Amino acid sequence: MSKIEINNIYKIFGPNAQQVMPMVKDGASKEQVMEETGHTVGLDNVSLSIEEGEIFVCMGLSGSGKSTLIRHINRLIDPTSGEVLVNNIDVCSLDEKEILEFRKRTMSMVFQRFGLFPHKTIIENVAYGLEIQEVPEDQRHEIAQGQIKAVGLEGFEHQYPAQLSGGMQQRVGLARALATNPEILLMDEAFSALDPLIRSEMQNQLVELQAKLKKTIVFITHDLDESLKLGDHIGILNGGRLVQVGKPEDIILNPADDYVKAFVKDVNRSKVLRARTIMTKLDKFDKSSVNPSSTYKYDEDTFIEDIVPKVLKDRSTIEVIDKEGMTTGFITSDELSVALTKTE
Amino acid sequence: MGSFFHRKTKMIKKFLTYYTFPIIFVWLLVVSYNSSKRKPDSVMELITDPSWLYDWPKWLDIPLMKWINDGFKVFNEKYGIYFEVINDFLLGAILSLKKFLIVLPWPLVIALVVAIVFFSSGRKLGTTVFVGICTFFIGFLHPKFWDKAIETTSIMIIGILICIIIGIPLGIAMARNNKLRNAILPVLDLMQTIPSFCYLIPGIMLFGLGAVPAIIATVIYAVPPLVRLTDLGITLVDTEVIEAAEAFGASKKQKLLGVQLPLALPNIMQGINQCTMMALAMVVIASMIGTRGLGDEVLLGLQQLNVGKATEAGLAIVLLAIVLDRITQAYGKKIQDRNKPPK
Ligand SMILES: Nc1ncnc2c1ncn2[C@@H]1O[C@H](COP(=O)(O)OP(=O)(O)OP(=O)(O)O)[C@@H](O)[C@H]1O
Ligand SMILES: [Mg+2]
Repeated sequence: MSKIEINNIYKIFGPNAQQVMPMVKDGASKEQVMEETGHTVGLDNVSLSIEEGEIFVCMGLSGSGKSTLIRHINRLIDPTSGEVLVNNIDVCSLDEKEILEFRKRTMSMVFQRFGLFPHKTIIENVAYGLEIQEVPEDQRHEIAQGQIKAVGLEGFEHQYPAQLSGGMQQRVGLARALATNPEILLMDEAFSALDPLIRSEMQNQLVELQAKLKKTIVFITHDLDESLKLGDHIGILNGGRLVQVGKPEDIILNPADDYVKAFVKDVNRSKVLRARTIMTKLDKFDKSSVNPSSTYKYDEDTFIEDIVPKVLKDRSTIEVIDKEGMTTGFITSDELSVALTKTE
Repeated sequence: MGSFFHRKTKMIKKFLTYYTFPIIFVWLLVVSYNSSKRKPDSVMELITDPSWLYDWPKWLDIPLMKWINDGFKVFNEKYGIYFEVINDFLLGAILSLKKFLIVLPWPLVIALVVAIVFFSSGRKLGTTVFVGICTFFIGFLHPKFWDKAIETTSIMIIGILICIIIGIPLGIAMARNNKLRNAILPVLDLMQTIPSFCYLIPGIMLFGLGAVPAIIATVIYAVPPLVRLTDLGITLVDTEVIEAAEAFGASKKQKLLGVQLPLALPNIMQGINQCTMMALAMVVIASMIGTRGLGDEVLLGLQQLNVGKATEAGLAIVLLAIVLDRITQAYGKKIQDRNKPPK
C-alpha cells in the first residue's frame, strides 16, 4: 500500500468542466481545449503513487499543473474526475467534518506565495496549525519557538510578516508547516525565494530531517539540481500530463521525450549519477587489464564527482563494492566518458 | 429519467421567460383600465378623438398608489403593535444614551473623545490634538450647540449600531454566496438611487414624527456602503491565505473569525466610516420631520433668515463630521498599515 495514491485525476477549470471532459479524455491538448471551449486543463489523466517515507519531487514548467496537483492531495481542489487515496482513504469521500480532521492530523502545506497571515505575528503564524488543533497557548508557543529557531529566525517572533524579507517569510511558512509535525508534508516551491546559501542549508536540513523522521514529502520545484538532490522519485509534468516518473538517474539517463531532455540537458551529471549506475558489472568486466596496485575501493552509492579525480588524474581503476564489502563492478575512464557525455 | 426531468424543467423555464412577462403586462393593462374612473365610451371615440395620443390618457394608469395605501392601512392595523414596540425600544435607547452623554461634564466628554482617538489611531499626536480642538469648537461656536450635537450624535450612534448589526452579517453572507450577492446588489443600488428623504415617508407613517423615523431612514440610507465594503473586504482576502487556513484544518467559523474578518477589517472600518458620514447627512435632513439636533438649528436659522445662525450651525455640523470621520478612520488606517501585503 502506498502512502499517497493518485488514480486518473483530471482537473478542468471552467464553468462546464463535466461537458469538456469527453474532449480531454479523447486526447485533446491543453491548447486545443482552451481555444475551443475556453476551459483550462489543469491536470490530464495523472496517476502516480508515493511511498511512505520518500521525498517525491514534482517538476515542470510554469503552468504545467504542479500546484494544482499538490492541492488535490489535501483536497483544497476537488478533481473533475479520478480519485486520491491517502493512507488508503479516498479523500473525496470524506464529509466536511472528516476532511477538517484529516487535514489537521495528517498533513501540512508550504505555499508558493507563502500564504502567511498578515495580521498575526511570526510566532502566531507558526503556531497556527496547533491553535486549530486547540493546543494550549503556552505549549504551542513553545513548539513554535523551537521551529522558529530551526529556520534561523530567532528574534523576529513578534514582528509581522510584512516586516520580513521574502526569503524570511518563506522560512516562516516552512516553520509553520513543520510545527504540527505531520506525517505528510506538501511543499509548493518551498525554497524558491531563498538565497543560494540558505537554500542549500535548508535542503541539507530537509535531508537530515528526512533521515531522522521519515516523513512523506511531496516537493515542487523548478530547479533540477534541487530535485536531484532531494528526490527519491521525480515526476515531470507538461501541460497537465505526467510525462515521466522515475528515480533521478532514470530521468537523466533515459529521458522519456524531448521535453524531459530539454529539462535535463544542462545538469551536472557527476553530481547525480552514482557509481552503481555507471559501472561495468563484475561478470562483464575484463579484469586482466587492471593493475591491482592502482585500484581503489568505493561504495556503490558514491557520486561520480568523487571518483573523477582518482580515475582521470591517477589513471586508477575503481572497484565498486556494496554494503557488505563485496565487489559488484568496476569503473575506468571508459565508463566515465560514456556516463558524462550528453545524450543528444 | 434524469435527462427527461432536465428537459422538462428547461421547457418550463423557457415557457416562463417567454410568457410570464407578457401575461403580467396584459393583466396590468386590464386591471388599470377597469379601475380607472374616466374611460372612453366606445372604441369609436378613440378613433374620432385622437387627443389620447397627445396627452397620456387617464385610463392608462396603474393604481399603484391606491394599492400601496390600502396595503399600508391593512399592514398598520395588523402589525402596528409591533412597530409600537420597536418605536418604544429605539426611543428608549436614544433617550438613555442622550441623557448619559448630556449629564457628563463637557470637559470629560472632550477628554473621552481625545482618549478614543489617541488609542485608536496608534498614538498619533497630531490627529488627536486636531480632533480635540474640533470637539471643543462645537460648543465654543454656541453653547446651545453642545447639547444639540450630543442629541444628533446619539441618534447617529443608535442608527450606526443598527447598520452594523444588519450590514456586516449581510456582507459576510454575500461574500459566501454568489447567488445572494446577485440578488442583493440591485437592491443596494436601488436604496442608494432613491432620494434620501423619500425614506422618511414610510418611517413617518409607521412611527409618526421624531427621532425614530429618522433612524429608520438613516439605516436604509447608510447601510449599503457598509454591506458592499464588508463583502468586498472579505472577497479581497488573498486566496492563498485562505487556503493556508484551510490546509491546517480550520473550520468555516475559524476561517471567518480568525482570518477573513480581521483581514477585511480595514475595508469594514472604511464602510463604517462612510456609514457614519451618510448617517450624519440623513440626521440633518431629518430635522425637517422634527428630529431635534444640529440640523434643527440650521433649519431655524433659514426660517428666520438669520444667515449668521445658519452658518454657525452648519459649521458645527462640519466639525462634528470631522470628529466622527477621524475617529472611524484612524482605527482602519492603523490596521491597514500592519496588514500590508507581503512583499
Ligand atoms: N483557480 C483556477 N482557475 C482557473 N485556472 C486555473 C486555476 N488554478 C490554476 N489554473 C490553471 O491551471 C494550470 C496549472 O496551474 P498551476 O498553478 O498548477 O501551475 P504550476 O505548475 O504550479 O505553475 P508555477 O510553476 O508557475 O507555479 C494553469 O494553466 C492555470 O492557468
Ligand atoms: Mg505553482
